[in-house]
Amino acid sequence: MLYDVLVVGCGVVGAACAYSLSRYNLRVGILEASNDVANGTTKANSAIVHAGYDPLPGTKMAKLNVLGNAMMPELCKRLDVPFSACGSLVLSLSPEDDAELRKLYDQGVANGVPGQRLLSAEETLALEPNLNPEVRGALYAPSAGIVNPWELCYAMAETAVRNGAELFLQAPVTAIDRSENGFRLNTPKGVFETRFVLNCAGVAADRIAAMIGDESFRIRPTKGEYFLLDKSEGSRVGRVIFQCPTKAGKGVLVAPTVHGNLIVGPNAAPCAAEDTSNTPSGMAYVRTSALRSVPSVNFRENIRNFAGVRANSDHADFILGESTAAKGFFHLAGIRSPGLTAAPALGEEAVRWLRAAGLALTEKDDYQDGRRRIRFHELSDEEKNELIRQDPRYGRVICRCETVTEGEIVAALHTPIPPTTVNGVKRRVGAGMGRCQGGFCGPRVQEIIARELGMDPTDVLMDWPGTWVLCGETKGGASHDEG
Amino acid sequence: MTKAELVIIGGGPAGLAAALSAWESGVRDILILERDHQAGGILNQCIHNGFGLHYFKEELTGPEYAGRFIEMLRDTDVRVRTDTMVLDLTADRVLHTVSPEHGYEAIQAGAIVLAMGCRERTRGAISIPGARCSGIFTAGAAQRFLNIEGYMVGKRVVILGSGDIGLIMARRMTLEGAKVLACVELMPYSGGLNRNIVQCLNDFDIPLYLSHTVTDVRGKDRLEQVTVSKVDENRRPIPGTEMVFDCDTLLLSVGLLPENELSRQAGVEIDPHTNGPVVWENCETSIPGVFACGNVLHVHDLVDYVTAESMRAGKAAAEFLQGGERTGEAVPLEPGSGVGYTVPQRFRRDAADKLQIFFRVRRIYRDAFIAVYDGERRIARFKREHMAPGEMENVAIPAMFLKNITGGPLSVRIEED
Amino acid sequence: MKELICITCPKGCHLKVDEETFAVTGNSCPRGAVYGANELRNPVRVVTSTVVVDGPARRLPVKTDRPIPKSKIFEVMDEIAKVRVKAPVRVGDVLIPNAAGTDGNVVATKSLP
Repeated sequence: MLYDVLVVGCGVVGAACAYSLSRYNLRVGILEASNDVANGTTKANSAIVHAGYDPLPGTKMAKLNVLGNAMMPELCKRLDVPFSACGSLVLSLSPEDDAELRKLYDQGVANGVPGQRLLSAEETLALEPNLNPEVRGALYAPSAGIVNPWELCYAMAETAVRNGAELFLQAPVTAIDRSENGFRLNTPKGVFETRFVLNCAGVAADRIAAMIGDESFRIRPTKGEYFLLDKSEGSRVGRVIFQCPTKAGKGVLVAPTVHGNLIVGPNAAPCAAEDTSNTPSGMAYVRTSALRSVPSVNFRENIRNFAGVRANSDHADFILGESTAAKGFFHLAGIRSPGLTAAPALGEEAVRWLRAAGLALTEKDDYQDGRRRIRFHELSDEEKNELIRQDPRYGRVICRCETVTEGEIVAALHTPIPPTTVNGVKRRVGAGMGRCQGGFCGPRVQEIIARELGMDPTDVLMDWPGTWVLCGETKGGASHDEG
Repeated sequence: MTKAELVIIGGGPAGLAAALSAWESGVRDILILERDHQAGGILNQCIHNGFGLHYFKEELTGPEYAGRFIEMLRDTDVRVRTDTMVLDLTADRVLHTVSPEHGYEAIQAGAIVLAMGCRERTRGAISIPGARCSGIFTAGAAQRFLNIEGYMVGKRVVILGSGDIGLIMARRMTLEGAKVLACVELMPYSGGLNRNIVQCLNDFDIPLYLSHTVTDVRGKDRLEQVTVSKVDENRRPIPGTEMVFDCDTLLLSVGLLPENELSRQAGVEIDPHTNGPVVWENCETSIPGVFACGNVLHVHDLVDYVTAESMRAGKAAAEFLQGGERTGEAVPLEPGSGVGYTVPQRFRRDAADKLQIFFRVRRIYRDAFIAVYDGERRIARFKREHMAPGEMENVAIPAMFLKNITGGPLSVRIEED
Repeated sequence: MKELICITCPKGCHLKVDEETFAVTGNSCPRGAVYGANELRNPVRVVTSTVVVDGPARRLPVKTDRPIPKSKIFEVMDEIAKVRVKAPVRVGDVLIPNAAGTDGNVVATKSLP
């Protein structure tokens, strides 16, 4: 069985590639190392759709950021992904910052960022009254926004799978051989042969490249730590609030989320590829920095800390295009910020490469674009009633903090890429995302997963492989020795 | 719109007692809305004994205590609607509810009792650093897995926080075959009852580390190690005092928070000290006809006190339905030195024959006095041999003491002379 | 000398009990002396747990209907682990009479239909 294209990695970049390719009559495979898609950087980042004034003009990052930003509103509408074009402000808090704002503004103009404006202190505070009163002005970019990053990934990957793309989970690529047709990718789930490879492996992209003898770049995993605050803090600001960028990155932001919470972070520290731990120093830094922008953020309302690992690299720009070591092997690597924003444009870019490389692309006649899912709490009273009449499980609220019903959880468990873990369900429907963090609904979600997927409850994991929750039954019931 | 005379939100110990008391006071159209599939609330998973010594004068387990109230309500026309979630509550006492059986339904209530209880503080609330591995549970979630579902959450356990749920879980996990390595408490004293220290920790030789906290959590997938450090008097970890425990489970018993999202939606005034509604002497909130009792009002130590408070709230709701709102000159009540909060936060001068004040102290006291002041004039003083933050205190001030007060504010203070 | 915390009231007096004479010091009331002596002579506890049930729930909560010797707790737990009951059950139903020879019965603490 020969694939036309194998996508290695199903974060938001891999999913975007698979989505773009799924329009065509191709055999597309997606190999994902983890037990769910969106399980790396995609599930732990700032969730920002950047306007595009940060990257240096002329870079791939600049071009794809602005392109991706322009695609995002329509894409999110089509795929039913929560998105809000809330705009962003970069604050000036010192005379040096004033100059930096001017520079960002000029970059934005060069990059083609629409509608940006430099605001006075008064204009800035009129927009965002909770900002530091000593703010000197701001760069306002109305095209910036916020998105649900993992739902964007699910939506694109699900649509690809519904249109014939084949997804293999827990299929980390362990070795790559050349074949007469192209490449043979070895995984614990079997050997996959393909004409073309798209390397979207995130923090592992350099290891994948090395498998074909390509040592042209190194990934430098960089950890960012975050606070996620209760909805009671969700309207502390209405826009994404940045400070002026430093060498380390875009700095600590304060932003609303599409779920109605407030997100604060990140710092930036070199780390091991899988290190998502929180550190006292990292959390203290984030807290102190954020209070400079928005002094009234109430950290007592924190409901969760987390850390994400960005796939930064030893290159200043995204690493894109065909490997010098092998024809037909393409990298989408070193996808640091603004990678989430750029993702939809990266998918289209990959299609162009493959066409240029000789892959015949004919569009499917029966292509089914678009996706819808029921969000019970957003329905009108009449719609709620009608839905419950059809399926009473929509009348049983499982997650009380986020008002998520059993019907929504069951529906998620029967999507093209069904979650098998408690956090997989959480990211799909929001159960356990709220202020009690699954304290009440966790056991019930576990029970529903087991029932719907025919699993033993003790086999249902919290998240990635190895994250067991239960070790056995009491009273001499079955005992599992995962520990 | 459906109508009900009295709607009680929550079918735990508070809601059940409020319903019973309102029924006994003559209300005949009472509806309890319970989000779980059975009434009884958290008592269903509190299978240990020690409940009911005050109210029933005997020692019961949680399910037995709840069962008694459920039985008593069986002899009334009080309706308990389970699997029902209240999505929204308005100031004019309309409840927007959803359930599999009745679908979406708006209910106009004559009076409402808020009895939603509380939830546990989580890892995020105290920002424990370290890995994002599995194996970290709030004690209550682990209790539900163990006692209701019959599953073990781990085999080698460290418990952070010495609140009663944490202590009770130390014993339960031990009895079911787990090894509990330590119970770690940030404060220099335990937040739990002495009987639980003795019967849940000492009986099984589980060490209690006071003035310690968890400073790191390690584990790539499942929890593998926690680091525990001693803290100084400002509760900051002291470098060099680290102890490492190899364990697969960390249980958190680090405090409870009243669940007042619905109260806030309705515009009920919330006391930042209790995180519960500001109430009058009869448990009425800032919205006339809306009452609050149990852990949604303030976190209690004993369920017997929840019952007593809820009985008063149910009776007050009945009085409101039968005679309208209480009137009278308002006197504010405030926590003074050594006192964390008071419930009620205000009272009507001539409303009752005595004023019962509930509160918690901020630290441990021996042989101290509870003093009640009218402005700067002391009007009453009560001796206590022992007071601790883990235990709810109360004093009752006879009406005759309240006759001549100047209008307050009345304050409660702790005096040690 | 054995050191104990008295649990008869919230004060929590730190008692010292002589292991031979059962004389108690550190108590501030007579109840403490009785508690301290009993804790050394014959400490007893109520055991609560759950048993497997066939019915509308996965587990049924149970307790010993009187305090049993502390030394017998784990023997009682072993017997509790072996029981499997069928609903319906009434609160107070005896599930294990004379558990582990202690004279205490293990009884249901919840009714199940």
